Amino acid sequence: MIAARGVTKRFGDFVALDDVSIEIPDGSLTALLGPSGSGKSTLLRIVAGLEQPDEGVVEIHGSDQTRVPPQRREIGFVFQHYAAFKHMTVHDNVAFGLTIRKQPKQRVRARVEELLGIVGLSGYAERYPSQLSGGQRQRMALARALAVEPRVLLLDEPFGALDALVRAELREWLRRLHEEVHVTTVLVTHDQEEAMAIADHLVVMDHGRIEQVGPPREIYDRPANGFVMGFLGPVARLGDRLVRPHDIVVELEPGEDAVEAQVGRVVHLGFEVRVELVLDGQDPVLVQLTRHDAEQLELAHGDIVWVRAPRLAQAAT
Amino acid sequence: MTVDRGWRIALRTLALAYLALLLLAPVGLVFYRTFEHGVMAVWDSITTPAAISAFWLTIEVTAIAVPLNTIFGVLCALVLARGRFRGKALLDAIIDLPFAISPIVVGLALVLLFGRGGWLGDLPFQVIFSFPGIVLATIFVTLPFVVREVTPVLREIGDEQEQAASTLGADNWQTFWRITLPAIRWGVAYGVILSVARSIGEFGAVSVVSGKISGETETLTLLVEKRFANFDIAGAYAASGLLAVIALTTLVVMTLSNARRDET
Repeated sequence: MIAARGVTKRFGDFVALDDVSIEIPDGSLTALLGPSGSGKSTLLRIVAGLEQPDEGVVEIHGSDQTRVPPQRREIGFVFQHYAAFKHMTVHDNVAFGLTIRKQPKQRVRARVEELLGIVGLSGYAERYPSQLSGGQRQRMALARALAVEPRVLLLDEPFGALDALVRAELREWLRRLHEEVHVTTVLVTHDQEEAMAIADHLVVMDHGRIEQVGPPREIYDRPANGFVMGFLGPVARLGDRLVRPHDIVVELEPGEDAVEAQVGRVVHLGFEVRVELVLDGQDPVLVQLTRHDAEQLELAHGDIVWVRAPRLAQAAT
Repeated sequence: MTVDRGWRIALRTLALAYLALLLLAPVGLVFYRTFEHGVMAVWDSITTPAAISAFWLTIEVTAIAVPLNTIFGVLCALVLARGRFRGKALLDAIIDLPFAISPIVVGLALVLLFGRGGWLGDLPFQVIFSFPGIVLATIFVTLPFVVREVTPVLREIGDEQEQAASTLGADNWQTFWRITLPAIRWGVAYGVILSVARSIGEFGAVSVVSGKISGETETLTLLVEKRFANFDIAGAYAASGLLAVIALTTLVVMTLSNARRDET
């Protein structure tokens, strides 16, 4: 288990982390999720020992690591911009941690080959990082971090510098890798979709504080507050409540708790249909319907409908 | 910017003509004049006891000043590029002092400091008009080169590679030798070349502190000047030629030893 207790970190006047406490279970794949400036990267770097907290304690597997330098924390760290050792071949990059530990050459060679196989870079051992694509460089960086068999794998926006296709691919790949290797993994991201797709445990942060912790589904369905709800997905305001646009039920007849609305624009996006509804005295509300539902309702501009929100995924304002 | 073909050739010719006129012609002329009276005449004038002594003095001074400034320069560049402290801007400005001050003023300042009656004038060994003074003057005037070449390279590469090395278990020393130094080696090499060239060629500061004692504290540049002043024009050219050969040798050796440039 990785634990942070009462961790505070300031950069000048800016409070990056404000009395943060958290426990990350063994073997989990945890995502620290939040907007930029929320403190998620700082928290990760403090766990790694790359930053020192002003107050508070960091524990890894029950032992206090707060004053332990990164060299002796037995962690693997992956940087957003790869931090590839440019003057070394792929082999030497991956072997770096083992060479530092003075492992016998043959063992190093075998281990590097095994790791390059795992990350799909067999045959690239003698290349230089400049000869690899972004995705390949990041996989090399992962192999390099895994080579020393870390107790914890820490990834700081690992896919942030990659284009969308490669990002989705690597995301899936990391998920599968975690199922095979089972090393406790913490990933920092500002992309809620990435966090939901990859992690089994979410930590949502904002302004240097933790807003909510839990499984992705639970956080999506039962957000602790308006910020968490808004950060994890689109939000519509219905009366004094925030609801998910796809949870809003549109009916042609008045019903219990239903509010009258007039249909504005209707936009067909393949499977999804977005309908703009104008409610009395409110900003227009955007509703997401499936194509099937939309066709059944036969909505057209100017129609009068009744809308209600079931008691699902909502937060009071 | 697109420049049509005619213009491009004209610009190139102009640049090359400029270089040829201002750099190659004078250096070439020195060599031409040196060998005007035959190789033996040159050999004779660079193997006089005074010339041999001047040659070795120049080499010794360079061999001390350049390594010291290389080590100091890399340390200083690390402090400037990585450190966060008060007075960094001041340190940055002070590094440039040797560029800003005329070498002859540097020489005079050293005389004031180490000469008779100076703050440090009572050291147990002689500094001014002696070997240590020449070394000090040379170190002073060549101090900024390595710092100025290495600092921007360090800023450019950032410290992520160093952080990555530390998370992989490398201590600071290992990180420096295995990650930082290979990454900055071109900056260091270029700084060393400039330092060597300047050490060999320094005249102003050295001329003030050396005392110009023939066979003892006379460097090659001082020898050139003395011969020139004594109307030994051929001798001056020969010594100049020797200076140029040392400088070119340094350039070639450094370039060859760093020839394997990684694709980065």
